[in-house]
Amino acid sequence: MCGSPDQNADLPAGTDLTKESVLVGKVTNSGSPVGGAFVRLLDSTGEFTAEVVSSATGDYRFFAAPGSWTVRALSRSGNGQADVSVGGPGLYTTEVPVG
Amino acid sequence: MSRQDALVTADWAEENLDAPGVVFVEVDEDTTAYDGGHIPGAVKIDWKTELQDQVRRDFVDKAGFEKLLSSKGIANDDTVVLYGGNNNWFAAYAYWYFKLYGHSDVKLLDGGRKKWELDGRKLDSAVPERKATDYTAKEQDLSIRAFRDEVVDAIGSKNLVDVRSPDEFSGKLLAPAHLPQEQAQRGGHIPSALNVPWSKAANEDGTFRSDEELRELYGAEGLDSSRSTIAYCRIGERSSHTWFALHELLGEPDVKNYDGSWTEYGSLVGVPVETGDGKS
Repeated sequence: MCGSPDQNADLPAGTDLTKESVLVGKVTNSGSPVGGAFVRLLDSTGEFTAEVVSSATGDYRFFAAPGSWTVRALSRSGNGQADVSVGGPGLYTTEVPVG
Repeated sequence: MSRQDALVTADWAEENLDAPGVVFVEVDEDTTAYDGGHIPGAVKIDWKTELQDQVRRDFVDKAGFEKLLSSKGIANDDTVVLYGGNNNWFAAYAYWYFKLYGHSDVKLLDGGRKKWELDGRKLDSAVPERKATDYTAKEQDLSIRAFRDEVVDAIGSKNLVDVRSPDEFSGKLLAPAHLPQEQAQRGGHIPSALNVPWSKAANEDGTFRSDEELRELYGAEGLDSSRSTIAYCRIGERSSHTWFALHELLGEPDVKNYDGSWTEYGSLVGVPVETGDGKS
């Protein structure tokens, strides 16, 4: 699912999608973006790896090694999660619904 | 130390927002969070520009800390309640730092900004005006701060607790997974270190696990309570969180935070480095 890197993604300068795998996406509630959600990256055993706060547009971003990950979001309007399988370098886009 | 001395709940905080002699302080690496809304009456401290010397890689000195706290309107006998984002990483760091300079009554808000926000408690964007004080700090309490030579000497003899994520410990990543991976130093960990990620000490909402859960966690991971302990991470903030759990909550007598952490150790010439999960 990585394919060619998405040139429109808002990534920090110096990010090399031929070498790094980057997980991005939106936290949503009934299709609307949820800003200010606490987005947690959990490894294949469910162990916490990292946490960010979603932007006003609901966006999150993680840098991760290849493997199976769960992106879990906590928000005032509810919690939710989605699984992501990272096979190699590239951009992985996953929506995380909460409610 | 014990939980009642070191930690306050969000309910307690809400009831004491206007209590005389209680000062709430938000500490973050991203101070825009404070600017957008903070606990009513709280002042802010920027861990990078206000707690770090801006030339040498070290903390501000005693006089600098006195000047900082005086300008924030914090007095020696105030109860300082620290909180912040990122599961209180930088607030725990500031707690350790306040202890380093001998502030007697400092507490951490359990759950920090995260629990406060998830609970839907009040945030305020007004910046309080506090009258300047004449704060006097003590000399650094080096019984809670470890330096690199002591860390090298501790290999195989003291508990070394690496609180980074497993991929940072093994050397696959050089920084947490939500940060760019631009560091140039070697990856891996200090030989003989246990890998007990800081997050295992916290619940999903950012509050600390119970004393019983913490004791079970560190016991199961192989921490030897009869030995001294040094905690480290990448830049010393996550290890402050674990230092807080071990020293302030569980009352382990000799626990130091190695604030140089992996960004220093992983750049030293000639020191031993181990990669992999440390269990083979």
